[in-house]
Amino acid sequence: MTPLNLKPDEQVDSYFDSNLAKRYWFDRVFVSTAFICTLVGLVILALLLFDVCKDGLPRLSIDFLTHYPSRRAGQAGILSPLVGTIWLLVITALVAIPIGVGAGIFLEEFAASSLLAKVIEVNIGNLAAVPSIIYGLLALHVFVRLMNPITGGRSVLSGGLTLALLVLPIIIVATREALRAVPEGIRQAGYAIGTTRWQVVRDQVLPIAFPGILTGTILALSRAIGETAPLITIGALTFIAFLPPLVPLTEGLRSPFTALPIQIYNWVSRPQEAFQIAAAAGIIVLMAVLITMNATAVYLRNWLQRTRN
Amino acid sequence: MQIDAVIDEETVLQVENVSVYYGAFPALRGVYLEIPKNKITALIGPSGCGKSTLLRCLNRLNDFILGARVEGRVRFGGMNLYDKSVDPVEVRRRIGMVFQVPNPFPKSIYENIAYGARINGYQGNVDELVEIALKDAALWDEVKDKLKNSGLSLSGGQQQRLCIARALAIEPEVLLMDEPCSALDPISTGRIEELMHELKQKYTIVIVTHNIQQAARISSYTAFFSTDESRTGQMVEFGPTTRIFGQANDPRTRDYVEGRFG
Repeated sequence: MTPLNLKPDEQVDSYFDSNLAKRYWFDRVFVSTAFICTLVGLVILALLLFDVCKDGLPRLSIDFLTHYPSRRAGQAGILSPLVGTIWLLVITALVAIPIGVGAGIFLEEFAASSLLAKVIEVNIGNLAAVPSIIYGLLALHVFVRLMNPITGGRSVLSGGLTLALLVLPIIIVATREALRAVPEGIRQAGYAIGTTRWQVVRDQVLPIAFPGILTGTILALSRAIGETAPLITIGALTFIAFLPPLVPLTEGLRSPFTALPIQIYNWVSRPQEAFQIAAAAGIIVLMAVLITMNATAVYLRNWLQRTRN
Repeated sequence: MQIDAVIDEETVLQVENVSVYYGAFPALRGVYLEIPKNKITALIGPSGCGKSTLLRCLNRLNDFILGARVEGRVRFGGMNLYDKSVDPVEVRRRIGMVFQVPNPFPKSIYENIAYGARINGYQGNVDELVEIALKDAALWDEVKDKLKNSGLSLSGGQQQRLCIARALAIEPEVLLMDEPCSALDPISTGRIEELMHELKQKYTIVIVTHNIQQAARISSYTAFFSTDESRTGQMVEFGPTTRIFGQANDPRTRDYVEGRFG
C-alpha cells in the first residue's frame, strides 16, 4: 500500500491533475468580486442616507410631524401626508391581503397545474411587471370616473384601491411561494387521516406558510406606500390642510388626500432652499415608516417560527 | 403469474383487475390481489414496479395526482372504493396510511393525534384516545411527560411511531405502510417491526418494502411485482411468504428474493 500523498504541490503519479492552487485562486477572485458588488450597494445607500440626514435631521421635530403643509417653508409640516399614507396603507392592506392571499391559495392548492391556473399564473407574472403609471391610468378611469358615486372621485379610497391593485400580483406570488415551500408530506399526512382538501389547507398548510405570506405581504405594502406615479395620475392633491374624518367613515374614505411621496415630490420641485430641506426631512419620515414596516415583518416572521417549534 | 388462493382466510380488500395510468403511461396493469384480515401482507419488487402505486390505490391517495387514472375495482366491505357513491375522505378514515419519511404535523405530540379524531367528529374522550393510540404505537412511555412538545422534537424513529399512532387514532381497519422503515436506523426499524407484530392482532397491514429480509421476517403473505419491457408494472406472484421465499414458481421471483436481481 502506497502512503497517501496529501500535499498539493508534489507530483503524484495519477491521471488527476487537481491543480488546487489555480482553483483556490478562482475562489478568491470570485469572493472578492462578490464583496465589491456588495460594497457598492452599501456605499451608495450610505451616501444617500448621509446626504438626506445632513439636510433633513435638523428640520425634524414634533412640530414638523404635527403641522400641515404650508406656503411658508419654515412652518410647513408633514401631518396630512403622513396621515394620508397611513390611510392608504390600511385601505390597501384591507383590500389586497384577503384578495391576494385567497387567490394565491386557490391557484396553488386547488387549481394547481390545471390549464386555467397556468394561464392565470403567466398573466399575474406579467401584471407584476407592468409599470405603476399604467395602474394609475386604469385606476383613473375605473375608480375615479366610473366608480365615482362609490369612491367619491379623487379620494383616499380611490388611492387605496389603486395601490391594492398594484401590489395584488406581488401578494399572490408571495402567497404561492410560501405555500409551495410547505412539504408535500404534510398534505399527504392530512389526507391520509380523512380530512378534506380545505381542512388540510386551513389546519396544516396555512399555519406553516403564514410567516412567509406575512413577510411577502408586508414587503408588498412597503412598496405600495413608496409609490408616487399612480397617485399623481389619479389626482392626489399636494396641499391638504385637513385630515380625512374617521367618523363618519364613509366621508373619510371619500376625502381628498395626499401622501408622503407626493408631498416630498412637490417640495423637491420648489425652488426655495427651505422646501428642499423640508423634503429631506419628509424623506426621513417616509424611510422611518418603511423601516418600521420591514422590521415588523422580520420580527413577526421570527416570532411565529419560534412559537411553532 | 401465479396467485395462490387465500384459503381459509377472511379477506378485507379485494383488488380486481386494477390498472393505473399516469396520463397515457400504464404504470400498473391488471393486478388481482386479496388482502387477508389481521395479517401482514408485503408488497415487494424493484423500484418503479408499481407497488407504491398499488398501495395508494387502496386508500384513493392517487386521486390527488394530476392525470392519474385507476381502472378496475378495489372491493372493501362489499363496496367498490372507486364507485361514484363512495366518499374518498371516508375511505381514508377507514384505511390509514404511514409514509416513507416520517411526516408529523409541526404541532404538539398531543395535537398530532387529537387532530384526526376531532376532524372526524370523535365523540369520546380525546385524552384517553391519545393515550391509547400512543400506547398502541409503543410510544407512550417515551412521550407521556412531554405531550405538549412539538412532534418534530422527537427522533426519526419516534416520529414514525407518532405517525403510526396518528393513523391508529382514527380507528382504521387497514393500515397501509409505504416503506415505513427506509428512513430509519436498524434499532428503530426493529422497534417498528415488533410493533407491527402487535398491531396485526387488531389491524390488517399492507406494507411496501425494499428490504427483502424485512418482508420475510414480518409478513404472512407476499406479493412480488416487476416491470415488463415497456416498464409497466405488474404483479408476478402472490402467496404465503414461506412459499414465495422457499419455492417461488416464477424465476423472476426466485431471482429477486435470492438477491440476484433488482
